[in-house]
Amino acid sequence: MVDVVNRESEPIRVLVAKVGLDGHDRGVKVVARALRDAGMEVIYTGLHRTPEEVVATAIQEDVDVIGISLLSGAHMTLFPQIIELLKRHDAQDRHVLVGGGVIPEEDAAALKKMGVHEILGQDTPPATLVERVRELAIAQRIRA
Amino acid sequence: MPAGPRSKVMPSASVPGSSPRERSDLVAGVLDRKPSATARLITALENNREDGRAALRELYPLGGRAHIVGLTGAPGSGKSTLVASLARCLRKRGRTVAIIAVDPSSSLSGGAILGDRIRMQEHALDDGVFVRSMSTRGALGGLSRATVDAACVLDAAGFDYVIIETVGVGQAEIDIVRCAQTVVVVSVPGLGDDIQTLKAGLLEVADIHVVNKADRPDADKTLAELRMLLTLDGSSNSTGWRIPLISTSALAGSGIEELADDIDRHATWLRESGELARREEAAAIARVSAIARDLISTRLGSPAERGGFVSLVHEVVDRTLDPHTAAQRLIVSGSDLTRSTEERR
Ligand SMILES: Nc1nc2c(ncn2[C@@H]2O[C@H](COP(=O)(O)OP(=O)(O)O)[C@@H](O)[C@H]2O)c(=O)[nH]1
Ligand SMILES: [Mg+2]
Repeated sequence: MVDVVNRESEPIRVLVAKVGLDGHDRGVKVVARALRDAGMEVIYTGLHRTPEEVVATAIQEDVDVIGISLLSGAHMTLFPQIIELLKRHDAQDRHVLVGGGVIPEEDAAALKKMGVHEILGQDTPPATLVERVRELAIAQRIRA
Repeated sequence: MPAGPRSKVMPSASVPGSSPRERSDLVAGVLDRKPSATARLITALENNREDGRAALRELYPLGGRAHIVGLTGAPGSGKSTLVASLARCLRKRGRTVAIIAVDPSSSLSGGAILGDRIRMQEHALDDGVFVRSMSTRGALGGLSRATVDAACVLDAAGFDYVIIETVGVGQAEIDIVRCAQTVVVVSVPGLGDDIQTLKAGLLEVADIHVVNKADRPDADKTLAELRMLLTLDGSSNSTGWRIPLISTSALAGSGIEELADDIDRHATWLRESGELARREEAAAIARVSAIARDLISTRLGSPAERGGFVSLVHEVVDRTLDPHTAAQRLIVSGSDLTRSTEERR
């Protein structure tokens, strides 16, 4: 019953969340604006979100993409928690998980193996980021 | 006003015409209070998809039990903060709350940054609170239709209250609050054009007036101004409901219990005075005619229909057909088409 062609024209919804302790949101706000200017609906929930809050919010808002930004270096503990929670809620096939911020190459590779769909570092140009998010969201909708 | 937490509704065993598995899963999930199913159905309706409409057909008869509250006011007046405090108060009373936050910040691209949830994070992990953000541009085929459809889903999902936050500016948003059972209009001190906003149409839809940010020194002045306006307007007495004027501080948590009490009192009054039936009829008239208008304009714009439309137009140009008959034929052929689609299933 879900019409894939139709779904492609529906606005892409993205949750942009700051997880962990680091205290400013300039970076995510730039990202949020870039996504908005590309026609997406961006749900922004403020600083210091927990993995539990992120997953509950993603489900209620039915976002295509969960974008997690962290600078605190806690990515190797926080991402696995988010993935685990998505699985527990049977939601891992519905939402694309994208990481951003400061994540070293070797960690990025490990995270992708765990199920993070993409890592877009701090210096990814906004246009590239927007295109990648769009691609991932559309691909996910077709899979679902 | 609900008497207490609502008991779980059993999914209807089978509904005629419900064949695709996807649809039944959605309906069963909503009735099972699965947030993911509720959320997906709202997405489908927001995008005006047929699978969403099909699910709503099954859920609609089960609704009508939640109390729908519209909360509106200027940007920055503290609506989201107030909704969060109100939800906290209602949760303490053992009630469940769904919130639809309609955010006006759409850009030209059609995209939006929806930030109302920032103020509602305390409820993020509470099963008894469901929050959904909606953009004013995102809804294909009408914001008010999508919002009211979402409210129907949340009603069927068993929430005691559905609170819709909107900025009361555009016609679409005023239409949304008109579909609510209790309309709360929020003012704040120091917004010069606030009273103007009220004059522009909100005053007449308010069932409860709130002056928020009562912690600010200039709040008394706003309260006095509003009280005068309400007295002059005389609207307090036209239906027999005395419109309360409450001062709140969403930040400090003051006045919130009173607001919750007045919402419940209004709900009781609606039922006992017969006003509820009158409003539901008015809302149904508005909804059905808005959807019908949407359907007709969609049909006029859709390429599949344009063939027939174009040939009618040519007949009108050639004067073999007059415009009135052409328009009538258009509508009749449209309803034939709907019928044959149904039969084909
Ligand atoms: N002083 C004061 N500030 C408030 C109150 N309620 C909300 N605010 C602040 O007003 C700003 C806008 O609040 P928000 O809830 O987002 O307003 P909305 O745009 O109407 O939803 C925020 O900075 C809030 O912290 C209040 O009762 N008193
Ligand atoms: Mg708000």
